[in-house]
Amino acid sequence: MKLAGWGNFPRMSCRVATLGAADEAQSWLDQPPMIARGLGRSYGDAALQPNLTLLTRRLDHILAFDPVTGLLSCEAGVTLETILDVFLPRGWLPPVSPGTKFVTLGGMVAADVHGKNHHKAGSFGGHVRSLRLMLADGRVVECGPDVEPELFWATIGGMGLTGLILSVSFHLLPVHTAFIRSEVLCAPNLEAAFDAFEASAGWTYTVAWIDCLTGGRNLGRCLLTRGELAEPDELPPGLLPRRKRPKRVPVDLPNWVLNRWSMRAFNTLYYNMAPAKPRPAIMDLDSFFYPLDALLEWNRIYGRNGFTQYQCVLPKPAGREGLRHLLATIQKSGFGSFLAVLKLFGGHAGGCLSFPMEGYTLALDFPVRPPTLALLHELDAIVADHAGRLYLAKDARTTPGMLRKGYPRLVGFQHIRDQWGATGRMQSLLAERLDL
Amino acid sequence: MKPVVLLLGATSDMGRAVARAYAAQGHPLHLAARDAARLALDAEDLRLRSGVDVWTHPFDVLAEDAASIMTGLAPPPSIVICFVGMMGTDPQLIMRTNYTGPAMVLEAAADFLQRQGGGVLVGVSSVAGDRGRAGNYVYGSAKAGLTAYLSGLRARLHGSKVRVVTVKPGFVHTRMTEGMDLPKALTAQPDEVARAIMEALEQGRDVVYVRPVWRLIMTIIRLLPEPVFKRLRI
Repeated sequence: MKLAGWGNFPRMSCRVATLGAADEAQSWLDQPPMIARGLGRSYGDAALQPNLTLLTRRLDHILAFDPVTGLLSCEAGVTLETILDVFLPRGWLPPVSPGTKFVTLGGMVAADVHGKNHHKAGSFGGHVRSLRLMLADGRVVECGPDVEPELFWATIGGMGLTGLILSVSFHLLPVHTAFIRSEVLCAPNLEAAFDAFEASAGWTYTVAWIDCLTGGRNLGRCLLTRGELAEPDELPPGLLPRRKRPKRVPVDLPNWVLNRWSMRAFNTLYYNMAPAKPRPAIMDLDSFFYPLDALLEWNRIYGRNGFTQYQCVLPKPAGREGLRHLLATIQKSGFGSFLAVLKLFGGHAGGCLSFPMEGYTLALDFPVRPPTLALLHELDAIVADHAGRLYLAKDARTTPGMLRKGYPRLVGFQHIRDQWGATGRMQSLLAERLDL
Repeated sequence: MKPVVLLLGATSDMGRAVARAYAAQGHPLHLAARDAARLALDAEDLRLRSGVDVWTHPFDVLAEDAASIMTGLAPPPSIVICFVGMMGTDPQLIMRTNYTGPAMVLEAAADFLQRQGGGVLVGVSSVAGDRGRAGNYVYGSAKAGLTAYLSGLRARLHGSKVRVVTVKPGFVHTRMTEGMDLPKALTAQPDEVARAIMEALEQGRDVVYVRPVWRLIMTIIRLLPEPVFKRLRI
């Protein structure tokens, strides 16, 4: 079966097996290497293994819920969409949410996903109380911050390389409405954007759309969105969450549709549509957290050749200078995309291979072509120079050396994998590419 | 209280999708299937998702006393949906699982609903039963038997308060069809089957093709003269 990540690059023929029940995985363990795959929303090769890719979509049972503490246990194939559908009407929200709800819990753990509230709440792994993991030898181990903590913190952000995640227990957050009070700030350049993030540190949710195509004195201009969970008395009367029918991109668009002129026009239009002064607005959670989910299969915009998302983080002290360097390089190349995001991470600790660190993270999409790949190589050097690192869930092309520079806890991670018998057995294409 | 629903073969992918759809609308459910551990997991999942009452019953369509599932169900169901079926290589097993087994249980269910004074009986058959094809004629013949059985049962119960609905899903993405190279436009998701069944019950339909294009396809296939049909490798 031909499989690819969300970026449609690389696309590989993989032998697949659907797990109908958690214990069915046991019968596949004698055929390594293998990797688990949920909804396939990692962008590159993290959920691909030509030899054997285990599909976890049908491990989708909700196992237990405590309405007093909000502790929820689910099988790993349960999606964020399901959790929102079932628990948001009862006043419970997942504590951390990535930019799409079309992800499984197993994937959220494996990538240790972050959201717009990272500076306040940290990444998803910090809210997990326990995991059930099937090891490469078939044993099922329960682990958590207090039980087998080494294995636990290797699995949080471990890209599925420690074992097969079977179920996840984590705390939901009580909420009073399904709405966000939000406002948008215009930052005409990068310096203003940094200031806007600092000034918004008290807000629960912050994220900025950044224009990577405009240079000069407008280099790094941003629209910063900040939001708070709305309280009932803030809602206009008669407001109900709307169920919008998502639209779908019907075909792969031709590769020429996205070019530097069409994207520059889009960016200028988009930036100028924002109001000059912040105007508070009430938005439903879906529009605030998952704007792109309204357009199903939006990855097809990038055409058949696919795209890759470049997401890096630079530590805060050196980050401002590094970010300016990155943006100038991207701007000069003219390859920047219209979906570029800037966000300030907080200093929460994560797993051995968790991506976030205190500092600025930049994410942007590039169509896969030889000149863009050369540019990304250049960006790697800048990121490494500033002690930054790349997000493995987005990556499809970086090098083992780059990985090792960015992740000082990698040696420990590999040691834990050896210890639990996962090395070479729980092994994605990404792991092979990066010598893990 | 919403009508109670009994699902036979409840742990199949279609069964699970239908169970979730009915539970979401507040219907209490009886789930019957072979694997008790899976049934328990499914039942708890449905309770947590929708807060409905769910009861589980071990059930094997090949067992001597399979039809006894219809005795002692409390509260009594008024909608009975049978998903039981399988593909495979053992002809006898295919025939028993897709035809004789389900037919015997549906017979008992029909009598049960009639005694109770009304209800709906849904049998999930297959487009494969519309004409025997070279590739899967054993399965097709068993499903043809089930389709004919349901058709006759519907005629017998016409005028009573018991309705009989035949569902022909066409290709569906399930564990049963895993690894087959199915054309996207003709292949439904289990959720679609659930929606189609619930709509058919509301609209009082007799025979449902989940994706309407299948009715056209199968009509054409049925109309092909045998000398032509036998030469086509479809």
